[in-house]
Amino acid sequence: MSKPFRYAKSHEWVSVDESGVATVGISDFAQSALGDVVFVDLPAVGATVAASAEVAVVESVKAASDIYSPVSGEIVEINTELQSAPDLINSSPSEGGWLYRIKLSNLAELDGLLDEEAYAAVCA
Amino acid sequence: MSKRTALYQKHLDAGGKIVDFAGWEMPINYGSQLGEHKQVREHAGVFDVSHMTIVDITGADALAYLRKLVTNDVAKLDVPGRALYTGMLNESGGVVDDLIVYRLQEHYRLVVNCATRDKDIAWLAKVAKGFAVSLTERPELAILAVHGPEAIERVCSLLPAEWVTVVSALGNFRCVELKDWFIARTGYTGEKGLELMLPATLAPAFWDQLLAAGVLPIGLGARDTLRLEAGMNLYGHDMDESISPLAANMEQTISWLPPERDFVGRAAVTLHKQQQLEGNLPILTGLVLESRGVLREGQKVITDKGDGIITSGSFSPTLNCSIALARVPVQSSVCHVELRGGMTPVRLVKPNFVRFGKKVFE
Repeated sequence: MSKPFRYAKSHEWVSVDESGVATVGISDFAQSALGDVVFVDLPAVGATVAASAEVAVVESVKAASDIYSPVSGEIVEINTELQSAPDLINSSPSEGGWLYRIKLSNLAELDGLLDEEAYAAVCA
Repeated sequence: MSKRTALYQKHLDAGGKIVDFAGWEMPINYGSQLGEHKQVREHAGVFDVSHMTIVDITGADALAYLRKLVTNDVAKLDVPGRALYTGMLNESGGVVDDLIVYRLQEHYRLVVNCATRDKDIAWLAKVAKGFAVSLTERPELAILAVHGPEAIERVCSLLPAEWVTVVSALGNFRCVELKDWFIARTGYTGEKGLELMLPATLAPAFWDQLLAAGVLPIGLGARDTLRLEAGMNLYGHDMDESISPLAANMEQTISWLPPERDFVGRAAVTLHKQQQLEGNLPILTGLVLESRGVLREGQKVITDKGDGIITSGSFSPTLNCSIALARVPVQSSVCHVELRGGMTPVRLVKPNFVRFGKKVFE
């Protein structure tokens, strides 16, 4: 996850490695707005998702939030630690609280996402 | 124009995330609602509840007035230093508010909800017609609730020695005036603790002392999950002016005896009692979701006896699952809620989930 993050307006982040696999999570802004996360429902490994489609649900003490995949592709891994430790999303939204890894099917979608600066403006 | 308590700056200093609560800028949490909840269940926490409304009742007819105003019988407070929880009803038997009545040396004190302050004040004045009473709000007092298994000990460590004996000996729903402070063994968490009413000018320094003594600040978020676990109602959610106290698990706050005491709403709620006996009045019950997900206010509850509704729902940090209060047809047994996964079974339990840190239902 050394590559710079890109963000969706719906508050998910994406970080792509050299092999074209992206890690997806929710932003610090999003976790802070949600409050303590108590359940996470993740997609199945092997599932194909389209950009902007509902892919996961993050449920906090306050509310249930749909997570929209910022990119299209095939789910190759999910963060199983969230099952027993959903609070990782609060304590470490951009590292330990990642949601899933996805093999990108359309690299061009990354160009439609926001960089740090543009995302910060969305949150302001 | 939003209002702030005397502790507003202290909330900011403690990292409080401020939200609007009925026109007041109050802390929803100071970082982690779950952490704050556990702090109260396991140690001690302090809530600033200065936004709640204190009304002192004085005058020759104070007792007669209160026996008219509220469903519980204030004559039960046979000596100063006692308190009771009660509802006050409108003429049609709906709940105007729930409140605590304290008997002090020379007068009575009511603490009513913040969100209902304006209508409560108007209602108190309306019922007061014909009684020789004076109603005085006390906005110059702050209210701190300190709750948790270590709460009383921590508070006592900060009080003058001559107060400690009396405060540490207070029983549940007992209270005492100590100079310009008023300290009561009441609260909204299901834990032991104290509510302290003190001059607002003194509150910031006392807050600092509490924090230095290891009591952590607790926001309104954890206050809500704590009271829900304790099965305590939240006005405007679990009951309101359209709901009979009998359909809101508040029957224990009604003193039917003596029969000649004519409290406001008595005739109407007597009819509700008849409906209840005929099986035609819903009940407020507890729900437990044993699978994943969180029950939320407003969700429909489908039972074998008809539909009901969730009036308060959240995640229970103590039980590590979701719990709710719901108004459902009487004698419902099989119960489902429509969640994301479809129709999900929920278990009906008595509306009291956690006391003194422990699960209390079967």
